[in-house]
Amino acid sequence: RRDVLVLTPWLAPIVWEGTFNRDILNAQYMQKNIVTGVVTFAVKKYWFFIQGFMSSANKYFLAGHQVNFYLFTDNPEQISHLQMAPENHLFVIPVQNHSYWQGISVSRMDIISRYIHSQFQYEVDYLYYIDIDVQLFEHIGVEIIDTLVATISPWQYTARRDSKSYETRIESQAAIPKGEGDFYYTASFYGGSVAEVYKLTRACFKGVMEDRENGIEARWHDESHLNRYLLYHKPMRLLSPEYYWDEEL
Amino acid sequence: RRQDVLTITPWLAPIIWEGTFNSEILDSAYTPLNLTIGVTAFAIGKYTRFVGRFLESAEKHFMKGYQVNYYIFTDNPETIPNVQLQPGRRSVTVPIKKYPSWQEISMRRMEAISKHIAETSHQEVDYLFCLGIDMVFYNSWGPETLGDIVAAIHPGYFNVSRSQFPYERRSSSADYIPDGEGDFYYGGAVFGGLVKKVYEFTRTCHMTILTDKANEILAARQEESHLNRHFLSHKPSKVLSPEYLWDDRKPKPPEIHLIRFSTVDKNYKEIRD
Repeated sequence: RRDVLVLTPWLAPIVWEGTFNRDILNAQYMQKNIVTGVVTFAVKKYWFFIQGFMSSANKYFLAGHQVNFYLFTDNPEQISHLQMAPENHLFVIPVQNHSYWQGISVSRMDIISRYIHSQFQYEVDYLYYIDIDVQLFEHIGVEIIDTLVATISPWQYTARRDSKSYETRIESQAAIPKGEGDFYYTASFYGGSVAEVYKLTRACFKGVMEDRENGIEARWHDESHLNRYLLYHKPMRLLSPEYYWDEEL
Repeated sequence: RRQDVLTITPWLAPIIWEGTFNSEILDSAYTPLNLTIGVTAFAIGKYTRFVGRFLESAEKHFMKGYQVNYYIFTDNPETIPNVQLQPGRRSVTVPIKKYPSWQEISMRRMEAISKHIAETSHQEVDYLFCLGIDMVFYNSWGPETLGDIVAAIHPGYFNVSRSQFPYERRSSSADYIPDGEGDFYYGGAVFGGLVKKVYEFTRTCHMTILTDKANEILAARQEESHLNRHFLSHKPSKVLSPEYLWDDRKPKPPEIHLIRFSTVDKNYKEIRD
């Protein structure tokens, strides 16, 4: 691929179709006996997306490798019998409903970090957060596996640095100084080793709480905090916008 | 950004060329880790004459600002010159046994490195590079080269097709690579990585060397053949472009913007006897 950037200035690969050979990567992955987890939330009306997400993820997400799906929902009864691939496992975890959309969005970081600490770290090596309202149309494989992985937001891919959606008010913990910032990452798909995801989610939640105490809410909520964290803790691997596209674009 | 060369392998390992990385960002990530980088180099017989220039040039260009331990393996410790080093950097002479032929010496390097790691350097360094002594640093060699398992593309073969790589082609050898296989031709004068990883692969290489020896096979290019076989099945996590392993006898092609580490002109016949 010569038409796109395939390496960041800190030498993290940017994964695009055509840059990798999945067979070679699969062979390396299988040698290490790794288990990967996916965490997602289906709260209130979002239960509607469960079927679509789970059936496409079962088919296309790390196909052929063991995946543990951790589904947080306030509606566990709504989950019809889902067909899981034989190597995958589904764990349904009930959560509380929250009144506001932001309410659930920002406490996701807290829930994820607490569950990593109490459970996930013993069950998986790598963990990825993915929004429930996505469907996979193509294979997403082991090319995504690395210590700390973020996805370039499709909306922001071509935006110049000064027009990216970073939080700029310095009163917020998510603030990124003017003129800084490598890429704009989406909070809809990120992950890495359980240790790194733990640190990331804890740091983001901490930022959110401090902002709340100071009466401020970051422009794009947890995504703003994620972007600030990743500016100072650079991801080891980036996923191109192919990995999180928006049909409206 | 480089569009004229391959900057990532099919297994997503970066290939390091000038223009692909930002040294400031890398330094800010690596400096706080307080790393010590080790270098092994073999100065056997007449090769001790290269030590002075190797060390002097390394002091100017190799991992500036980091702690460095140079391990000079030699059968002639008295002839190793004393070179003035920067603070935080030191040089250690590692005496080794004399062997009857240069081929034998060459074969024993892997064994010497792995033993030394097990006995000494694993406690002293985080990363280890194994470099040829008959070489000189001309430009910066920095943290862009650090990785779990690091190999360098041989300057003579970076622009040719795989069928021309001088892999070991005798199927009876432990280093055999069949036609149609192989990613790159890696040079034997530069390899490295985390000290634990370097231990693993120098041990493995030494075992295959012994296997061949028992079968009375001397691989086509000695340990370079073993290295290439090893890196085919255990792919490097980072690949250095020929900027990091150049041969001064070659004319500089347009892809090479900067020569960082290169051979010293010498008379092979005179030196090897």
